[in-house]
Amino acid sequence: MSGRPEHQAPPEIFYGEDEARKYTRNTRMMEIQLVMSERAVELLCLPENQPCHIIDLGCGSGLSGETLTEQGHVWTGVDISSAMLGVAKEREVEGDLLLGDLGQGLPFRAGAFDGAINQKSHNPAKRLYTFFSSLYGCLSRGSRAVFQFYPENSSQVELITSQAMKAGFTGGLVVDYPNSTKAKKFFLCLMTGGQQPLPTALGVDSREDAPNCVTFSQKSPCKVYYTVRCLAQR
Amino acid sequence: MKLLTHNILTSKCLKGVTVGYPLGIVAKEVKVNEVEFNPEFISRMIQKVDWPALCKAAENLGHLDNLPPAVVDDYENNEEFLKKAHHFLMEIEVINGDLICPETGRKFPVTDGIPNMLANEDEV
Repeated sequence: MSGRPEHQAPPEIFYGEDEARKYTRNTRMMEIQLVMSERAVELLCLPENQPCHIIDLGCGSGLSGETLTEQGHVWTGVDISSAMLGVAKEREVEGDLLLGDLGQGLPFRAGAFDGAINQKSHNPAKRLYTFFSSLYGCLSRGSRAVFQFYPENSSQVELITSQAMKAGFTGGLVVDYPNSTKAKKFFLCLMTGGQQPLPTALGVDSREDAPNCVTFSQKSPCKVYYTVRCLAQR
Repeated sequence: MKLLTHNILTSKCLKGVTVGYPLGIVAKEVKVNEVEFNPEFISRMIQKVDWPALCKAAENLGHLDNLPPAVVDDYENNEEFLKKAHHFLMEIEVINGDLICPETGRKFPVTDGIPNMLANEDEV
């Protein structure tokens, strides 16, 4: 039985006012979010000591945004839940907030942002291509988008990555702590402007033979090969 | 919504809209804040900012005074210019009002500083 939020109700309904406050006040949740957002920002590989303009896709109550602010960046957050945005406003986050549906496309000018992060547990399952291509358009060349996500199965990963590639992204999957059921985390790291080496995953035993970073490129648009053992086990 | 954000917002996700930029602003409430000045960030943003759209927005808000009409040469080293750009991009905030699509006239309300960019099913 799945307790995943996306199986219970669409985000704007699930994250109504009570859920929104509950989600944010839960200290353990906040600790986890903080560590995850620091990791996501790390994976963005932004130039050192350079304040950047970042879009937080599904910013919710602004927990990840605060990491961005702490690191000196200026961010804008988009979320579909006005209740979550209300909590973000109450918390007086620095970033500008927008009420919007990622699946409708991102309403921004070309090259507006230097990077994008996404840490919502709701996977943008519908209208993926619209989402990825509008994201591609509003990122400047040589920037990255990092999605922390929770794949249900390998065909979901394949769907998401193939739509991202169709939209022009290169990149790959970084899996932290691949051998721990509890600590395992998936980050989809997308890049504009050509393939770059992926960041190293955390919690990797150097003796392991299977790499836990999977890269895909424009050369193989139809297939993504998974050599990640944890994915094969699903 | 800061003017920096307004400067990058479009209505191009709407059906039938080609460019959807810049969005008009009719503001009922505007706030001026104090935001820490980061010359490096402003310098980089000036490369992305559509300056005429910024002027138009400031004019719509009745806050045009003091905004230079164009980006000066060698702005990276012109602290006075950067400070002015910073003021307009980061310190002027639209709290309540509407953003207007230049092609369809469709309004996107801004409430409590948050623009509502949600489109109806039949609009996308």
